[in-house]
Amino acid sequence: MIPNAKITDAVVKEHGLTADEYALLLKIMDREPTLAELGIFSVMWSEHCSYKSSRVWLKTFPVSGPKVLQGPGENAGAVDIGDGLAAVFKIESHNHPSFIEPYQGAATGVGGILRDVFTMGARPIANLNALRFGDPSHPKTKHLVSGVVAGIGGYGNCIGVPTVAGETNFHPSYNGNILVNAMTVGLARADRIFKAAARGPGNRVLYVGAKTGRDGIHGATMASAEFTEESEAKRPTVQVGDPFTEKLLLEACLELMAEDAIVAIQDMGAAGLTSSSVEMAARGGLGIELDLDRVPVRETGMTAYEIMLSESQERMLLVVKPGAETIAERIFAKWELDCADIGVVTETGHLVVSKNGVVEIDIPVAPLVDQAPLYRRPYVASPKRVEIKAANVKVVDPVHALKRLMGTPDQASKRWIWDQYDHLVGNDTIQTPGGDAAVVRVRDTRKALAMVVDCTPRYCVADPKTGGMQAVAETWRNLTAVGAEPIAITDNLNFGNPERPEIMGQIVGCVEGMSEACRALDYPVISGNVSLYNETNGQAIMPTPVVGGVGLLDEYTKTVGIGLRQPGQALVLLGETKGWLGASIYLRDIAGWEEGAPPPVDLAAERRNGDLVRRLIREGKVLACHDLSDGGLLVAVAEMALAGGVGARLDASPAGIPAAGWWFGEDQARYLVAAASAEPILAAATAAGVPARVVGTTEADSLTLAGSGAISLDELRGIHEGWLPGYMS
Amino acid sequence: MRAAVVSFPGSNRERDIVMALERASGKKPVVVWHGEAEIPDCDLIVLPGGFSYGDYLRAGAMAAHSPAMKELKRKAAQGVPVLGVCNGFQILTEAGLLPGALMRNASLKFVCRQVHLRVEESQSLFTNAYEKGQVIRVPVAHADGNYTADPETLKHMEDRGLVAFRYVTADGRTDPATNPNGSIHAIAGIFNETKTVLGLMPHPEDATDPDAGGMDGFGMFKSLVDALH
Repeated sequence: MIPNAKITDAVVKEHGLTADEYALLLKIMDREPTLAELGIFSVMWSEHCSYKSSRVWLKTFPVSGPKVLQGPGENAGAVDIGDGLAAVFKIESHNHPSFIEPYQGAATGVGGILRDVFTMGARPIANLNALRFGDPSHPKTKHLVSGVVAGIGGYGNCIGVPTVAGETNFHPSYNGNILVNAMTVGLARADRIFKAAARGPGNRVLYVGAKTGRDGIHGATMASAEFTEESEAKRPTVQVGDPFTEKLLLEACLELMAEDAIVAIQDMGAAGLTSSSVEMAARGGLGIELDLDRVPVRETGMTAYEIMLSESQERMLLVVKPGAETIAERIFAKWELDCADIGVVTETGHLVVSKNGVVEIDIPVAPLVDQAPLYRRPYVASPKRVEIKAANVKVVDPVHALKRLMGTPDQASKRWIWDQYDHLVGNDTIQTPGGDAAVVRVRDTRKALAMVVDCTPRYCVADPKTGGMQAVAETWRNLTAVGAEPIAITDNLNFGNPERPEIMGQIVGCVEGMSEACRALDYPVISGNVSLYNETNGQAIMPTPVVGGVGLLDEYTKTVGIGLRQPGQALVLLGETKGWLGASIYLRDIAGWEEGAPPPVDLAAERRNGDLVRRLIREGKVLACHDLSDGGLLVAVAEMALAGGVGARLDASPAGIPAAGWWFGEDQARYLVAAASAEPILAAATAAGVPARVVGTTEADSLTLAGSGAISLDELRGIHEGWLPGYMS
Repeated sequence: MRAAVVSFPGSNRERDIVMALERASGKKPVVVWHGEAEIPDCDLIVLPGGFSYGDYLRAGAMAAHSPAMKELKRKAAQGVPVLGVCNGFQILTEAGLLPGALMRNASLKFVCRQVHLRVEESQSLFTNAYEKGQVIRVPVAHADGNYTADPETLKHMEDRGLVAFRYVTADGRTDPATNPNGSIHAIAGIFNETKTVLGLMPHPEDATDPDAGGMDGFGMFKSLVDALH
């Protein structure tokens, strides 16, 4: 061991470890650690890597099902989609770095999630993202939107993976902590999924990809603490992305995977070489020995501490079969990437790292991972909110209200964003951004995958359990609305400081609701990510458990979009409308009242209604379909009209439901479908026990509400398309 | 028609154009790695879209100096037709096979959307299946598609009918609002002097499938197959 810098209480604190955690470290090590060892414990036990506050709750998610090939715990989850193929997907946050350095933060978020997916042996076929920004009038918001969107585009466009869907919200609770959640979906052969467990003592450990620099050191630790005014000084901890290198790494890895060469593969993401080597060793129950003098570096004089904790991008760690080193060297040389033999798998169960011939790190892997702190933090349930009666809500002329809603930051078209993303490369995107879910074909088959990200934070803050259920149900509904069979989800839990019982209560409530919905809908969780400490100066974000859903279409030509394309079609509303306005967009943006309990989620109705809609789509009885969500019925009709260029004449609101509740209520489990004839839809609905009602007929060029006036599609389009470009210019 | 597609590190739309060529000709094109000094005998050489060398230095600048490009220039000089799409167009201007340059989009942003193009010249082996003046709908996806050239070059190209495609409205009019990148004269694609080299920013290859993007781009591949068999 090298002579050591004195590990003082201040040094321990700087590494984010509590006194108790440090005591545990000493017990495991049975001696004072070196600084490099302390660094390793610090990142491995950070919230970001260890999930120490959320792990007990994550275990309550349903994670299995007949189609699940790989659940949580690997680089990404995988589900069987038939034809010997698997869909591999995961979502991940890059919130803290994106706030500090929006372009690079967002870009490397995309790079990281792409690597998680192709590490599994899957070729990425689509990217999605869920973005949350602060109030548009906040001085930083515009700059953050501009940088994040450019960063996501800059990375995804260059690597040639289409960015096909997403969502963007604005709310003051994100003023100091934006959310950038990126999801990747890939395709792999079901019998060729690569994992990250080291096997075979004596097998060589290869480092491939970009060189290691000093960027991103302690990124994982940064992502595990609250922000303060000084956080901007942490800009050097944000990594810098190079999508060109990632494209080469992707092609080289897939080429190597086609050979019989790889035992285990793990990307170097958060905590870089540390987490990749520790996790590989831990999963295999083995040890790993690394010689840092052989690690390709791009800066001189890097210490063991720096090399082990660097979060330089576009790097992978491999364990290869005996003799396969030369195959790897040949392939990586072709792609002009570094490939270095930096170590060996051992039987010792220890991570042993040397630099300049001196062992600087010697940590028993099993206790480092298995004895990582695990907290069942105290929590208090969020106070119940009162139910708001639609009859008590301010009445505004519905056409007037629609005009205002269609131009609000949350409801306005996000075309300005997706115009900057190559959503077409690959020529398999058959439902493009702007609909309920994207649909991307599965090459060489008639199948397609539908995919979506969603969350309604205002419901989650109003009632975490209902909000959690709703986030899952809404993605299920979105997939259903394009005709797909929902298969599984990935989730990104974004919350504030879990050491505060009220925040912990939000986490517990949301997870409980999500689990319940996943169980009821046979829609398991196969991967995910947790981002906590999204607070600045004690102000937490709204609870934002983003759900990424993936579904399957057996015949891609059967999909339908949201656009109304022909006059004279019947518009049929499926599902029950009571006119729920609590926690709605209408209540917030028209009545100026951010209050009330959110709409209840009835999972049995959700399933019944969704199964009917999917069947009608597959039978070809439905020509367009849109689920009802933010803004309710009238916003849905307006979106359908703008998407297809054909308007509608809508009947007056029925007796017994206040007009605002009818037009803008956010009752769940509802769909609006367009059909050549209403009769077969109504008959099928009656047979299935699903409430159904004809609400109008399509007609050219305008939206007319019986008894309340009309608006031309041109005017509506101007409002809907105008806000974001106007704001950003 | 035997086609060869040259692939560079960072190319990412080579599969799209391989599929389009295959749909039109019934034959799988050969894909040639940029480091190869030889391009096999073929009737057409294609430079696909993407970000060769990550667009470092300038889009297309580094690819223009690769070994395969030396060979491509030699074959182009012998009259072998060359098609460059998007990044391929950028490479062709950097290599001097086409005049002018492609600058950063006027918006300074990447742009991906469906655009309308007017076919300015149907007397070429790339466009003979279209009518002159026909309007087609194909996508663009680029950050550096803002075409420019000096006034004499422009005048020469306009006089000689070397402008192949222009960005227009759905009803065929040029309009600054429908020009996605600020290109001078709304130029979307140009020929060389002999009309054996075509470079264009839009992606006709992503409009050759009735289920994904429509068929408006198919005419280019059909033209090539008709002319080159």
